[in-house]
Amino acid sequence: MRRSPAVLLVCLALLGFSAAIEGGGKEMSVQVKQGQVRATPSFLGKVVATLAYGDRVETLEEKDGWIRIVPPGGKAPGWMHSSALSQKRIVLKAGTKEAELAASSGELALAGKGFNADVEAAFKASNKGIDFTWIDRMQNMNVPPDKILAFVQEGKLIPAGGGGR
Amino acid sequence: MTRIRWTAAAALLLLAILGGTGCATLEEAAKVGTSVAKSQGRVTDDQAKSITKVTKAVAKSFEDITPEQEYYIGRSVGAVLVNKYKPYPNGPANDYLNLLGQTLAQASDRPETFGGYHFLILDSPEINAFAAPGGLIFVSRGMLRCCRSEDAVAAVLAHEIAHIQLRHGLQAIDKSRVTEALTILGAEGTKSYGGQKLADLTKVFEGSISDVTSTLVNNGYSRGFEREADAGAVTILARVGYDPDGLVAMLTVMEKNLKPGGLDFAKTHPSPGSRIDDIQRRRAGGKALAEVPARQARFRKGLGNI
Repeated sequence: MRRSPAVLLVCLALLGFSAAIEGGGKEMSVQVKQGQVRATPSFLGKVVATLAYGDRVETLEEKDGWIRIVPPGGKAPGWMHSSALSQKRIVLKAGTKEAELAASSGELALAGKGFNADVEAAFKASNKGIDFTWIDRMQNMNVPPDKILAFVQEGKLIPAGGGGR
Repeated sequence: MTRIRWTAAAALLLLAILGGTGCATLEEAAKVGTSVAKSQGRVTDDQAKSITKVTKAVAKSFEDITPEQEYYIGRSVGAVLVNKYKPYPNGPANDYLNLLGQTLAQASDRPETFGGYHFLILDSPEINAFAAPGGLIFVSRGMLRCCRSEDAVAAVLAHEIAHIQLRHGLQAIDKSRVTEALTILGAEGTKSYGGQKLADLTKVFEGSISDVTSTLVNNGYSRGFEREADAGAVTILARVGYDPDGLVAMLTVMEKNLKPGGLDFAKTHPSPGSRIDDIQRRRAGGKALAEVPARQARFRKGLGNI
């Protein structure tokens, strides 16, 4: 068998191409259920907007793990922690042309694909002894930012800008 | 070029990937190579699809589990744990744990997950703590009894947060399951699956949940993962202003409380003594744990009767 020079060329060209993509990244997607946009790059900053999973944002600048973004719909810019954002485009609707691309490219992710609410429901149906009540309860155990700030101050801790990197 | 030569080239590329050099670039290369071949009529549509599919499946690993899927895996892993150990439904104690835990999580390298970080006490005398993927953290009463200060509880929680940040739980899932899930899903996923596809996918899901829970409960992580989590914990503690020696203090009590041959941390974790050695080797000296009165007061109020 002889190695095809054409395929090798394609490989080499793509190596260069993927390196170019990594340098850019002007648009990102919200990869958490509720993406909070803050006035300042800190978890103590006021929440000025809440974005939905899959929302596309335009990035402006990065500072200590926080990214200043423009929310969709031309709302005022704010800060989101980088762990809430993904380089991948998250496609919400299956069956679209975008979704086809999502399935075959590392640059895209299809929301709801794979392990999802339907799979969890099927898992519950076949494991009736496993109760999710406390998991749902846990998921609602949220601590408001002002409580965290008071906790930090009272305990003489360091008011975290939040997040490393 | 003849059709045979193109097929041979595609096969060669697949072989290269199967040989262990699988990466996104090669996956892309295979895809482009295949689509060029297809556009020139050298491979059929079906052949092209199957080449893309196989290449993709090989290149996949736990890293391709999206945060959304991690969330669903974590929920079911958590449900299995809560059903095995039973929750400790003490409001003030759990509130205190969440206040402390969420403060620490915000200082980690991964402060945001799909569903956020949440903490629950388990009503068990065993010395145990578990991190389900995505941010659900469980700590037994037995473990909390090893803690004599807020700094020590912070150390336990920071260690579990580090496991989540490093996605250790997902790495317990057998790689073949990720590949299997992708094979079931095929080239494109739909939002709701019908009949057989859903049944097959649920089977893979059940297997994944069992991989993670048996690692958490029975087998434990590798020593390397535990060391990484201890190192991650020390970083988080320092950022928030807790004494990283809180981890050492907790491990010292744990060493006394652990029963040899027990089914808890005695089975799933390196010995406290060796963990203390590892932590201290990385840290330049260590000073005595300074008690902050306000911390000690709220620790006693929240967990004093645990």
